[in-house]
Amino acid sequence: MAVKVPKEPKEIEGKLIAVEGLDGSGKSTQIRLLKRWLELEGYKVFFTEWNSSELVRQATRKGKKKKLLTPTTFSLIHATDFADRYERQILPLLKGGYIVLADRYVYTAFARDSVRGCDKEWLRKLYRFARKPDITYFFEVPLDVALNRILEGRPTLKYHEAGMDMNFSKDPYESFKIFQGKIYEEYGRIFKEFPAERVNATLPSEQQQANMRDIVKKRINLPDFKLRAQKGEKI
Amino acid sequence: MKTKHFYGKGLPNVDPSLLKGTLIVIEGSDGAGRSTQIGLLRDWLERKGYPTVVVGLKRSELVGEALAAAMQGNTLNATTLKLFYATDFADQLERVIIPSLKAGFVVLADRYIYTLMARDIARGSALDWLKDIYGFALVPDAVFYLNVNPKTLAERNFQKRGYLDYWESGMDIMRVGGMYDNFIKYQGKLHRVFETLQKEFGFTTVHGGRSAFKIAKEIRNRIEKILSASSAAEKSAMALEISSVNNIHSDDHPA
Repeated sequence: MAVKVPKEPKEIEGKLIAVEGLDGSGKSTQIRLLKRWLELEGYKVFFTEWNSSELVRQATRKGKKKKLLTPTTFSLIHATDFADRYERQILPLLKGGYIVLADRYVYTAFARDSVRGCDKEWLRKLYRFARKPDITYFFEVPLDVALNRILEGRPTLKYHEAGMDMNFSKDPYESFKIFQGKIYEEYGRIFKEFPAERVNATLPSEQQQANMRDIVKKRINLPDFKLRAQKGEKI
Repeated sequence: MKTKHFYGKGLPNVDPSLLKGTLIVIEGSDGAGRSTQIGLLRDWLERKGYPTVVVGLKRSELVGEALAAAMQGNTLNATTLKLFYATDFADQLERVIIPSLKAGFVVLADRYIYTLMARDIARGSALDWLKDIYGFALVPDAVFYLNVNPKTLAERNFQKRGYLDYWESGMDIMRVGGMYDNFIKYQGKLHRVFETLQKEFGFTTVHGGRSAFKIAKEIRNRIEKILSASSAAEKSAMALEISSVNNIHSDDHPA
C-alpha cells in the first residue's frame, strides 16, 4: 500500500544582509535590533559576526600576541576565518532558506587590509568565493563622532585595532584616529564601487531602525521566510 | 643575474630587486624522494660554502600547528583549507624565505605553491583563482618536479611508514575501492595536473624513479649554472656601481 509522503515545499534561497561602517557608527546595535524584530516576527534568522570562528581564532590570537602578522598574513588569516564561517554556516543557512545577518562582511577586509597596504584588486579576488549581500547597510557617521563614541571612555585599544602595526604613531589613541580616518576614506571609495543602503548614523536610533526595516520589507518577501512550523506545514 | 620578481602584484613593503639569494624548489608527491634530494643538495651547497636554509609546507610559526591539527581532525571545508594553506605559505615566505634571500642564502623549498595549486585543482578549483591568490609568491630561480609513477610511490610509502596517507590518497574526494586503488588513481590525477602546471610555470621535470645519486647529479648541474650566473652578475653589478660613483665625482668637477 502506498504511503502518502507530504510534498516538500519549494526551496527558497535565503537572503543575506550585511552592515558595514566604522567602529562607533552604531551598526552592531542596529543589526541586533533588526535580528530581534525578525525573530520576534517568527522568521528564520541567523546572526554572524566578523572574526568569530572558533577554529582559526587560536592562530589569530597567537599571531597578534607575538606580533607575527604582516599585512598579507593578517589578511589571509582573516580570509581563512571568514571562509570557515562562510562554508560552515552562512552558505548552508542560505541554502536552507534563512535570513543571514552579518555584522561586517567582506567590505571590512577590503577597507582595513587595503589601508594596511594590500593590493585592492588582490583583495577582491581573494574573496571572490563570497556571495554578494542582498542588502548592505553602510552606516555613515562623521569621523569625529565615531572617534568620540569609541574614545570617550578611554578604552584599552588592542594593538591591531589601533593600527599600531602601521607605525602611524606611538600613541595608541593617535594611531587609532589616523587608522580610522584612512578606513573612513576607503569605505567611501568602496561604496561607490559596490551598492549599499546608506544609513545616517547621526539620526535617533529608533528612526535608523525604522528606515532599515522599511528597506527589508521592500526588498525581501518576508512571508517566504516564516519558520515552517508557523506556516502550518506538516513537519 | 635574473632579478627576482613576483607572479602577480607581490607583497606590500617588499622590493624583489633586493633579494640576492637563490630560491630552489623541489616538488613531488610523498615518496617522490624530495627530502632525500634536499638533504643531498644542502650538504653539497654547504660544502661549497653557500649558506642554505630549508622551508616546507605546514611549518610556519603562525599557523603550522593549527593547520596540522585541522588536517588530523578533517573538519575544514575546501575554501577554508585552501586559505589556511595560503596563510601558512605566506608566513614562511615573508618571515623565512624573503629575509634569507635578502641575506644572500640559498633557500631550498620542500614543495611550493604548485603542490597547493595541484591539490586544489584536483578538487575542482579554477587555476585562475589560485594564480590570483598566489600573486604574492616569488618566482623561484629553479623548480624541479620529481616525477615518480604511483605504484612506486605507494611502495616507498609502505617502506617508510607502512601505510598510505589519507589526503595523499585523495580519500576526501573519491572512493574507487580500497585505499590502495584510491591512492593510485588520485596520484595519477595529481600527476596530470602537474603536467598542466608544468606548461603554465615551466618547471623542470626530473625522472624520479632512478637512483638518488643520479637525480642529485642532474639537479646539481642545473643549480651550478644558476649559481655561477648569479655570482658573475653580482661582480658586474659591483663594477657598475663603482663606475657610477666615478661619474658622480666627475659631475662635481665639470670640465
